[in-house]
Amino acid sequence: MPRGESPLQSETPQGTLDMLVLRILVMGPAHGHTIAHAIERGSEDVLQIEHGSLYPALHRLENRGWIASFWGTSDNNRKAKYYRLTPTGRKQLAAQTTRWEEIVRAIGRILKPSTE
Amino acid sequence: MSWRRFFRRASWDRDRAAELRSYLEIETDENIARGMSPDAARRVAHLKLGNTVRIREEIYRMNTISPLETFGRDLRLALRGMRRRPGFTLAVVLTLALGIGANTAIFGVVDGVLIKPLAYPNAGELVSIKQVAPGLNVSELALSATQYFTYRDEGRVFQQIGLYGDGGRTITGVGEPEQARALFLTYDVLQALGVKPQLGRLFTEADSTPSAAPYAPMIVLTHAYWQRRFGGDRSVIGRRLLADSAPVEVIGVMPEGFRFLDMEPAAEVISLITLDRSRLRIGGFGYRSLARLKPGATVADANADIARMLPIWLNSWPTPPNTAGRQEYEKWRITPVVQPLKDEVVGGVGDMLWVLMATIGMVLLIACANVANLMLVRSESRRQEFAVRTALGARRSDIVREVLVESLALSVVGGALGIALAYAGLTLVVATAPTTLPRVEDISLDPRVVTFAIVVSLFSSMLFGALPALKQAAQHGASLGGAARAASTSRERQRTRNALVVVQVALALVLLVASGLMIRTFVALLNVEPGFAAAGDVQTARVWVPPQQVPEAERVTRTQQEILDKIAALPGVKAAAFASAVPMEGPLRVAFTSVFVEGKDYAGTTPPRRRTKTVSPGYFGAIGTRMIAGRDITWSDIYGGAKVAIISENFAREVWGSPAAALGQRIRDSAPRSTDLWREIVGIVEDVHEDALYQAAPPFVYWPVMMENFNGNTLFVSRAVNLVIRSDEAGRESLLNGVRSAVSSVNSSMPVFLVRTMKDLYDASMARTSFALIMLGIAAAMALVLGIIGIYGVIAYVVAQRSREIGIRLALGAAPVQLKRMFVRQGLVLTAVGAGVGLVTAIALTQWMSSLLFGVERLDPPTYAAVLSVLAMAAAMASYVPARRAAAVDPVETLTAE
Repeated sequence: MPRGESPLQSETPQGTLDMLVLRILVMGPAHGHTIAHAIERGSEDVLQIEHGSLYPALHRLENRGWIASFWGTSDNNRKAKYYRLTPTGRKQLAAQTTRWEEIVRAIGRILKPSTE
Repeated sequence: MSWRRFFRRASWDRDRAAELRSYLEIETDENIARGMSPDAARRVAHLKLGNTVRIREEIYRMNTISPLETFGRDLRLALRGMRRRPGFTLAVVLTLALGIGANTAIFGVVDGVLIKPLAYPNAGELVSIKQVAPGLNVSELALSATQYFTYRDEGRVFQQIGLYGDGGRTITGVGEPEQARALFLTYDVLQALGVKPQLGRLFTEADSTPSAAPYAPMIVLTHAYWQRRFGGDRSVIGRRLLADSAPVEVIGVMPEGFRFLDMEPAAEVISLITLDRSRLRIGGFGYRSLARLKPGATVADANADIARMLPIWLNSWPTPPNTAGRQEYEKWRITPVVQPLKDEVVGGVGDMLWVLMATIGMVLLIACANVANLMLVRSESRRQEFAVRTALGARRSDIVREVLVESLALSVVGGALGIALAYAGLTLVVATAPTTLPRVEDISLDPRVVTFAIVVSLFSSMLFGALPALKQAAQHGASLGGAARAASTSRERQRTRNALVVVQVALALVLLVASGLMIRTFVALLNVEPGFAAAGDVQTARVWVPPQQVPEAERVTRTQQEILDKIAALPGVKAAAFASAVPMEGPLRVAFTSVFVEGKDYAGTTPPRRRTKTVSPGYFGAIGTRMIAGRDITWSDIYGGAKVAIISENFAREVWGSPAAALGQRIRDSAPRSTDLWREIVGIVEDVHEDALYQAAPPFVYWPVMMENFNGNTLFVSRAVNLVIRSDEAGRESLLNGVRSAVSSVNSSMPVFLVRTMKDLYDASMARTSFALIMLGIAAAMALVLGIIGIYGVIAYVVAQRSREIGIRLALGAAPVQLKRMFVRQGLVLTAVGAGVGLVTAIALTQWMSSLLFGVERLDPPTYAAVLSVLAMAAAMASYVPARRAAAVDPVETLTAE
C-alpha cells in the first residue's frame, strides 16, 4: 500500500466512502468513531480501514455542505464531535445511491450476461 | 478552497486535533472494556486510527491557497532574516529610505507645481494671451484695451476673455489708511476663472459702465483682507470705504482658498476696470489677459483666431494723434502668443524642477546599486545555506523567489520610512522655498505622491533584487563541500560588484559636476557688481501722494522733499533719497521709452527703447551707485527747470564710445511735440543690474523727479516713489517707526508700504540659484557618500575574501606596504573607470541645466578638475581603510583558521 494514500479509498471506487458516510448518517447524528466502526461492521469487515483516513473525508463533506458538525458527548461521556446530514446531503445521497445502483446493475450485466 | 477557510484553518486544525483525540479516548475506553490493559488499549487505538499528523496535514492542505501560502512563508523567512541581521537591514533600509524619500519629496514639488491642474474648474480650458512684437525691440508686448474689445466681439474660440493688472489702492474708512495690494480686472476675468464669492456678489457686465474714473465705485475683498481688516464681519457687504480717496462700496468677499494665478504678494482687494469704448485708441499696451476657451478649442486654434483678428483690430480703432498711423503698428509685426494658463503661472521654474528630479533619480539609482551590492554579499555568505536547501529538495525557483521577496520586504520598509522622510522634506521645502517658486500652496503629500513612492519602492526592489536573484539562479551545482571555500568561483560575482561600483562612481561624478557648476554659478553671482553697495544698510519703502489731497504737480515734489528732509534728520540716517523704482523690484516697475540722441538721424524710424526711471538728488549716493563722470542732479536743477539727465555707463559707451564723450551731449524722450526738449547729460553712473543679477545691466536713463514738458505732461512728477534710506538701522523697527512718523507728520493720510531692504531684493534675486544649489548640493553629497560606501564595501570584501592569500603572501615575505598599495590601486582603477563613464555622461547631461547656469560654461574645466580630484581623494580613502586591514592580517592566524 503506497504511503499517503488512504487505505479505504484505495480499495473502494472514488466517492464510495462519501456515500457510505452519508448512508450511516441517515440513521441520525454520529461521531467519527461510531461512523468508522459502523462502516467496518456494516461491510462485515470486508472493508478494513485505518480509521484516521475517515477524517479527511468528513472534512471534505462538511466543506461541501452535505454534513454539519457540532460538539457533543459520547455514550461513555467523552467529548466528541458529532456529524449530521444536511438537506443537501440527503439529496446527494439519494442521487448517488441511484447512480451507484445503475453502475452496479450495468457491471453485473457485463459480468453475468443474462441467459434469456 | 476559499479565503474564509484559508484564514480560519489554524482554528480548524485545533478543532480537528481535538476530534482525533476524542476518537482515541473512546476507542481506548472500548478496548479497556474488552479487557485490554490501559497501555495496550491506547496502543491499539493509535494503530486503528493511523498517523494523526498525516491526517491533519491532509486536511490542512485542502484549505491551502498555494502561491499565497508560499509568499507568506517567504515573507516570514525574509522578516526573520532581517531581524537576525540588524546591521545589514539597517544599512539597506536607511539607504532606500533616503533614496525613496528624496525622490518622493521632489516629486511632490514637481507634482504640485508642474503636474496638478490649477485650482479652477476645468482649468485645462484656461489660457493666457500675450503677444510679441519683433519689430519693436521688446521681448513682450502687453495688450491694449482695444484688442480686448476686438477679441471679445469678433473671437470664435473664447467663452470669456478679460484684462487684468495689479497694483495697490489706498484704502481709508477703516482704521489707519493703508495701501492694499490690488487686483484690477474686467468683469469677465473672474467669470473665466469660474470662481464664486463667499459673500455678496462679483462684478457683472452691468457694473462696467464707462466713466471718467479708471475703476468702478465698488470693490471685492479677499478672504484674508476681510479677516484682517474687518474681523470676518459678515455685514461688510454694502459698507462704504474710500479707495484712493474715491468712494467705493464693498459688494463681495472671495472664498478662503482663492488665489489669483501667482500674484505675489497676494491680492487684498479687487477693483473693476472701467473702459470707455468711445474714447479708446490703439495704444496703451498695458494690460495682461486671460481667457477660457470653448470646449474642444486648442491653444493653436486660439493663436490662429487672434492672428485672424489682428488686421480687423488695426482697422477698426482710431490711432492716437502724433503717431505715424497704422503703418507704424504694422511695422511692429505683432504676433499672438497664447499658452495654457498653467505655463504662465509656473513660468521658468519647470527647467529647474526637472533637473532636480533627474538628479534625485540618479541618487536613487546609486542607492539601489549600493543595496544590490549588499544583497550580493549577503547571498554570498548564504551560499552554504542555499546549497543545503537545494540538496534537501528546494527548487532553484524557490530560492530566486525568496530572494525577490526579501528585497520586496526591504524596499517596503524603506519606502514607508521614505514617505515619512518625504513628508518632513516637503514641509521643509514649502517653508524655505524661494518666493519665485510658484504654487507653493499646491504642494502636498497627496495620494498621487504616495502612489509615486510606492511605485518607486517596488521599482527599486526589482532593481536591486533582480541582480542577486539572477546570480543565484545562474549558480549551477552549488556543492556543499566547496561552498565554504569557494574563493575562486566568485570571480564572476566580483565582476558584477565591480560593475555596480563603476555605475555608482559614474553617477556620483555627474551629480558632483552638476553641483560644482551650481557653486560656480553662485560664486559668479556673488561676484557680480550689482550697481549698489552694502545692500543690508539700505532701507526702501514706497509712498504715494494722492491727487485728491495734493492736486498740484509741483507740490507733489515739494511734499516728497519735505518727507526726505524729515527722514534725513532721523538718528543714524546717513543719506536719504527717492526714485520711481529701485533695482530688482520686478517687472511691475519697468519703464521704457524711446530715447532720441541729438545729432543722430533716425530716418523716420523711432530710436531703440531704453529703460528709464526718475530719481531725486542724492539717489546714487544713498543706494551706492558710483558716479563715473560728471555730477549728480541737484534740487536747484529740478526747481529751476534745468533740462538735465544722467545715463548709465553702458549707454554712454554704446552711443558715444566713452563716458567722458557722453558728457554734455543731449537726449530727449519720444514725445514728438517739440524739438527743443533736449536734455543735457550731466552725469554718468556705473551700470546697475536692475532686473536680476543673472541678467545683463540694461542701458539706462535717469531723469529728474520733476520735469517740464515731458512725456506729454506740462509738468511731469512721480506720485509713487520708493524712499531709499542708508542707515545702520536698516530693517529695524526703530528706523521704520521714524520713517512712518516722518511721513505722517507731513501728510497723515499717506501710507508707507512695500517696506524692505535692498538686501531682501538682492537675496530674492539669488533665491533661484541658492535653492537649486542647496538641492543639488544635498543630492551630490548623498551620491558621494553612497559612492564612497560602495568602493569601501567592495575593497573590504575583496580583502576579507583574500585574507588567506594575503596570509600566504605575508608568510612568504611580502611587505605590508606593497599589499596596501595593491588594494588601493584596485579601488582607484574602479574609480577611474567609473569617472571615465561619468565624464561622458556629465558632458551629455549638463546641457539640460544650461538655463540654470550663469557666468560659467557647462564644460567648465576647473569644475571638472575639482570634481575629479575630490572623487580620487575619496576613493583613495575609501580603499585605504580596508587595505590597511589587509596589511594587518596575521599570517599564522589566517593559515590556521581552517
